[in-house]
Amino acid sequence: MSDTARSIVEPGKRAKRVAGLVVAAYALVTLIPILWIVGTSFKSPNDAIAYPPKVFFEPTLEGYVNVFTTRSRQSPEYMESLPPPETWYDKLVRQRNMVITGPSRFGDRYLNSLIIGFGSTFLTVVLGVLAAYAFSRFRVPLRDDLMFFILSTRMFPPVAVAIPLFLMYRELGLSDTHLGMIILYTAVNLSLAVWLLKGFIDEIPREYEEAAMVDGYTRFQAFRKVVLPQAKAGIAATAIFSLIFSWNEYNFAVLLTSGNAQTAPPFIPLIIGEGGLDWPAVAAATTLFILPVLLFTVLLRKYLLAGITFGAVR
Amino acid sequence: MSTPKPQAPRPRRRGFSDRSLAWFFVGPSVLLLLAINIFPLVWNIYLSFTNYAANRPGTPVRGMGTRNYERLLSQEDVWESLQHTAHFVTWSIALQVLLGFGLAWLLSRKFRGSGLWTTLIVLPMMLSPAVVGTFWTYLFQPQIGIFNAIVGLFTGTTEFSMIANPNLAPWAIVLVDTWMWTPFIMLICLAGLNSVPRDLYEAAEIDGASSWRQFWTVTLPMVLPFLMLAVLFRGIENFKMFDMVNELTSGGPGSVTELANIYLKREAFEKWRTGYAAALAVILFVTVFGFANIYVKVWNAVKQR
Repeated sequence: MSDTARSIVEPGKRAKRVAGLVVAAYALVTLIPILWIVGTSFKSPNDAIAYPPKVFFEPTLEGYVNVFTTRSRQSPEYMESLPPPETWYDKLVRQRNMVITGPSRFGDRYLNSLIIGFGSTFLTVVLGVLAAYAFSRFRVPLRDDLMFFILSTRMFPPVAVAIPLFLMYRELGLSDTHLGMIILYTAVNLSLAVWLLKGFIDEIPREYEEAAMVDGYTRFQAFRKVVLPQAKAGIAATAIFSLIFSWNEYNFAVLLTSGNAQTAPPFIPLIIGEGGLDWPAVAAATTLFILPVLLFTVLLRKYLLAGITFGAVR
Repeated sequence: MSTPKPQAPRPRRRGFSDRSLAWFFVGPSVLLLLAINIFPLVWNIYLSFTNYAANRPGTPVRGMGTRNYERLLSQEDVWESLQHTAHFVTWSIALQVLLGFGLAWLLSRKFRGSGLWTTLIVLPMMLSPAVVGTFWTYLFQPQIGIFNAIVGLFTGTTEFSMIANPNLAPWAIVLVDTWMWTPFIMLICLAGLNSVPRDLYEAAEIDGASSWRQFWTVTLPMVLPFLMLAVLFRGIENFKMFDMVNELTSGGPGSVTELANIYLKREAFEKWRTGYAAALAVILFVTVFGFANIYVKVWNAVKQR
């Protein structure tokens, strides 16, 4: 690199350093809320409501124990009569004059989020890639109208669709079921998936399939053996998006599920109510819930960022 | 640059014809969208003309004509909720555009470590809005909340409450949304900035354009279509806002943060005035759809330029 003339095309050293400092400062400020919640999950309930807020504290796993258990308060006499605690978490709970009475519902809700997230992602990718391929390669009648129709389903206010969906699911016996939520999230994700995947498939030269078909592949074989492997990046990006969307979704979950198929997002706020103001437990649940997404984002940022900007570049 | 070549005779193909395969490929998606999106929407329109109440399925449904709509438009709460929505959408997007574009502009200088910082900045938008709303209630707590503690460092008071004070609550939801979604605008703008061909800048420089002029005549016109698209996406999403605000303030205090969709949810699922709520849903949908259509026309005009 030459340092003869300072130009806008290649910003000077100082311009770069200033930009770096400002961006780093913004990034650090923007991370405070997330770090603070993760930190709070390791606080004791008293430390969590200390004034002024405590930056340094003695870490404890109480919040995590509280998220996964239900407990009841007992009289000192009863506590005396108990045999010594068998596990570390028993011990932790007994320090608060409580005993563990059973598991909480958090584990189930977390599992529901996993089942519904992966189920709907799988369906979205399968349906999306088929439709996107057809839109990209075939003369589908009314193609542009159909594409716009698919996109326009994103504009529906969820609450507007939620009223009839609520009635429809009640009739069909789908309310509060995993299947119902998987179908619903697939429908919501599909619009983005089709647009995203069509963009990726458009980039794959048609000549590849044509050549394969000249060699005796059927159209479907050519799609499976030639196009799908080429569209891997697009499929990955789409899958990550639908997984994150389904994982994070709240609007439909809070209106259409209440027990059996309830996911974590509508459940986490309820933890506040369950144990008074048990902020460490809320923070622990939040941490466990956002951790996979944070890891995903850092590990798969290449696909993710490509996916976000892809829609706009088209 | 493709040279025109004679159309080769189509090779004979085995298996399904392209036409039947096209239907087989597109069919399931269209059917699913019809069942989960269009059918409910049509049903919703039907409900909006009735007095149906979902908690009393047995009672006979009467047609109401346009009375639900008339009542809606004369209701003060509805107009207020639309005003709250407008305030929220306008300010959150204005702040996100300023911050997002600024960050993208800085990031486009490609300094060392910019990839790492980008990833870190993006993290908030990957979180669940409802969970974000939940944990910000904790950060916003008077005295014990870290947000108050930080503001207290500058102002000397931690006694205020962002979400219990009717003057501050509308700004609390703007703030959290901005925290969460600035990265989105940033990413799209960054894609736009990276798409500007270098020779444009070089040409501008040879012409002796100042960097200020280059910004206005080269950078901004090239990035504008991207920025406008990002604003469209955010605009639609924020007009539909429900989850984050429902958990952060659930419309309160009083009703100062009661956005249109929160009002709607209250009418539909708490007061069980299904028909009335359905009418509001139709109005909201038509509003978004109308705005989006006009906006896309403007966007296309900008893109063609």
